[in-house]
Amino acid sequence: MTLLLNQVTKRYGKATAVDHLSLEIPEKEMFGFLGGNGAGKTTTFRMILGLLDRTEGDITWNGEPINYDKSHLIGYLPEERGLYPKLTVKEQIVYLGRLRGMHKQEIIKELEQWLERFKVPEYMAKRVEELSKGNQQKIQFISAVIHKPKLLILDEPFSGLDPVNVEMLKEAVIDLKQQGTSIVFSSHRMEHVEELCEHLCILHKGTPVVQGSLREIKSSFGKKNIVVHADMELAFLERIPGVLRYKKVAEGCEMQVQGEDVAQRIFSELQGKGFVRKFELEEPSLNDIFIEKVGASYE
Amino acid sequence: MLPMSKFWVIMSHTYLSRIKSKSFIISTAISFLFIIGLVNIQSIIETFSGDEADRIAVMDDSNQFMEPLANSVESTRDDLELVAFDGSEEEGKSAVSEDKYHALLVITLDENQLPQAEYYANSLGEFGNQTFFEQQLQQLKATIATQQSGIDQAILAQINEPVSFHAVALDESAKSAEEMNQARGIVNIMLFVLYLTVMVYGQMIMTDVANEKSSRVMELLVSSASAVTHMFAKIVGIALVGLTQIGSLVVVGYFLIQSKQEELAGGVFEYLGFQGDSISIFIYAILFFLLGYFLYATISAMLGSLVSRVEDANQMMFPMIFLIMIAFFIAVFGMNAPNSSLVYITSFIPFFSPMIMFMRVGMLDVPAWEVALSIGLLLATIALLGVIGAKVYKGGVLMYGKSSAWKDFKKAISLSKRDS
Repeated sequence: MTLLLNQVTKRYGKATAVDHLSLEIPEKEMFGFLGGNGAGKTTTFRMILGLLDRTEGDITWNGEPINYDKSHLIGYLPEERGLYPKLTVKEQIVYLGRLRGMHKQEIIKELEQWLERFKVPEYMAKRVEELSKGNQQKIQFISAVIHKPKLLILDEPFSGLDPVNVEMLKEAVIDLKQQGTSIVFSSHRMEHVEELCEHLCILHKGTPVVQGSLREIKSSFGKKNIVVHADMELAFLERIPGVLRYKKVAEGCEMQVQGEDVAQRIFSELQGKGFVRKFELEEPSLNDIFIEKVGASYE
Repeated sequence: MLPMSKFWVIMSHTYLSRIKSKSFIISTAISFLFIIGLVNIQSIIETFSGDEADRIAVMDDSNQFMEPLANSVESTRDDLELVAFDGSEEEGKSAVSEDKYHALLVITLDENQLPQAEYYANSLGEFGNQTFFEQQLQQLKATIATQQSGIDQAILAQINEPVSFHAVALDESAKSAEEMNQARGIVNIMLFVLYLTVMVYGQMIMTDVANEKSSRVMELLVSSASAVTHMFAKIVGIALVGLTQIGSLVVVGYFLIQSKQEELAGGVFEYLGFQGDSISIFIYAILFFLLGYFLYATISAMLGSLVSRVEDANQMMFPMIFLIMIAFFIAVFGMNAPNSSLVYITSFIPFFSPMIMFMRVGMLDVPAWEVALSIGLLLATIALLGVIGAKVYKGGVLMYGKSSAWKDFKKAISLSKRDS
C-alpha cells in the first residue's frame, strides 16, 4: 500500500502552491512533512485526499487513484480543527464513524476505549463546545482513527497541545504505526519529525528541498557536529582544514566539520594537549540541514 | 462503502438532528395551535364577543322606526339589543358616557317626514354598527318615500329584485366560474405554502451548510463523502424535514376539519375550494411544489457553501428571497388576470414557473405542451444548477475569508476545476 506522488503540481491562478512534488511513502511507516507556513503541506494533503484537484501529476495508493470508495481506509486530521460544537462527543463520533463505513455499536465500543486511553471517559455525553481546546483535539484525533485506517494523514497533530498531551498523542500514533497503519504527518517542529519518522520530506515554497530516509539524509549530508569540552585553549582547532564553523562556548567549543575523517584528525590533534572532559561526534540535526539547504531558518 | 449509503447517513443525520431540535418542535407546536385556532375560529369569535348583547339606546320621537329596527336586529344581530330611551338627548349622551348604554341612536324626521339619525358612542371604532343602522334606516326611508309618492309595493319589489346575471364560457373545455372559484382557493394556499417553504427551508439549508463551514467540520465531512453527495443529501434531508412538518400539519388539519365538518361546511372552506373534487389540481400542486423546492434548495446550498459565517448567509439569502417574492406577486396579480402576457411569459421562466404555471393550470385550461415545456425547463434548470452548485460547493466548502459574492463564486468554480 505505497502512496506515490508523481510530479504533483498545484497552481492557484499564477501562484504555485506545490511544484512538481514526487514522493514515495512506504507502507506501514511514518512519513514526516516539514515546512514553514505556506510551504504547501496542507495543499498536498488535500490533493492526496482528493479535496483539491491537482493541476498536474498523479497520486496513487497501491497503484490506484484515491477516491471516495476508499475513504473508509483513510483517516484525516485537518489542520483547521472542526467538530459540531452543539453535538455530544458520542453523537459526533458516531456520525463521522458511520460516514467512514462503521456500525454504531462498533463505533461506541472503540470510542469508549479511546476515551479511556486519553483518560477522559466522562466526555462521552459532553457537548464539544464544553471541552477545552486540547481536549477537543483529542476528540478530533479519535475521529480520524476510530475506523482503524490503513492510511492516516495528520496535519499538525501536536500543535496547540501541552507537553503531557503531546506525549499521549505521540504514543497513540506510534501504537497505530505498529498495528500497521501508514502515517503521514506534517509539522513545523523538527524534533517531532526526527523522533518519529523513518522517511521525511522538507518542503520549502512548494518544492521539496530534502527528502528520503532520515538516516540517509543525515549521512549523505556528510557534515557532522563536534562538541569538545576541555581545559586548554582550543582555538587552534579552527585552523584544521575541513572545519566549517567554529563556535566558542563556556566549557570549550562546538564545530561543524566536513566529515568523519576531519573528526578523526581533530581527535588525534587533541591527544597530549591536555585533559579533554568531553569529545562528542554528533549527527547533524534536521535544522542544520534545513538551514544549509534553504539558506535561512524559518523558525 | 457505497456512495448511496453515505448519502443515507448524511441525509438521516440532517433529518434527525433537525427533527430533534428545539426550534423544530416549537415551530411545529405553534403551527398546530394555529390550525386548531383556525378550525375553531367560530367558537373563538363567539367566546370573545361576550354573552351580553350591546345595549343601544334609541330615541324615536316619531315612534315609526323603533319597531321595524328592533325586528331586524332580532333577526340578524343577536349581539345588539335596542332599548327605547325616554329622557332627553343630553341625558342619553351622559348615560352612554357612564357606560349604561353602548351607544345612543337619535332618530328624527326632517321637513319631508323622512328619517334622519345621529349616532353617539364613546368611540366610533365599531364601524359595523353604524353601517348596520345606516342601511336599515336607508331601507325604511326608501319604503316611506315610495309610500308617500304612491308607488305600488309590487312594482317596488320588482325594482329591488336582483338582476339575473350568469357567466358562461363558450370554450367548452374552459373552466366554469365555480371551478375557477374552487381553484382560486387551492392556488392561494399553494402559493403561500411554496413561498413560506422556500423561505424557511431554504434558509435552513443555507444555515446548515454555513454552520458546518464556520465550525470547520466541513473539511472532515468532504474527506469522507464527496461534496456532491453531501450537498444533495442535505437538500433531501431538509426536504424530508419540510414534508414531515407540512405533512403532520395537513394530517392534523384534516382530522380536525373532519370532526368539525358540519360546522365548517359551506363557510370559509367552500370559498377556499376544499370541497371541489378535482384530483389533478392536487397532483399539480405536489409536483410544482417539489420542483420549486428543489430549485430554490439547490441555490440555497450553493450560496451557503460560499459564506464562511452564518451571519453572512442572510446577506446571500436576499437575492433569492427577492426572486421568490417577485414570483409570488406576479402570481397574486395573475389570479385576477390569468390571461395577461406577463403571466404567460413568466410561467415558463424557471424561477417563477413553480408558482405561476401552477396558478395558470389551476385557473385556466392550459394546453398540455405548455405545461410540459414549463416542467421540462424547470427540470433542466434544476439539473444545471445541480451541476454548477456541486462545483461551487466543492470549491466553496474549502474557501474561507470574505470578498464579494461574485468573486467567491468564480473562485469556487476554479478551485474545483480539474486541469485548469
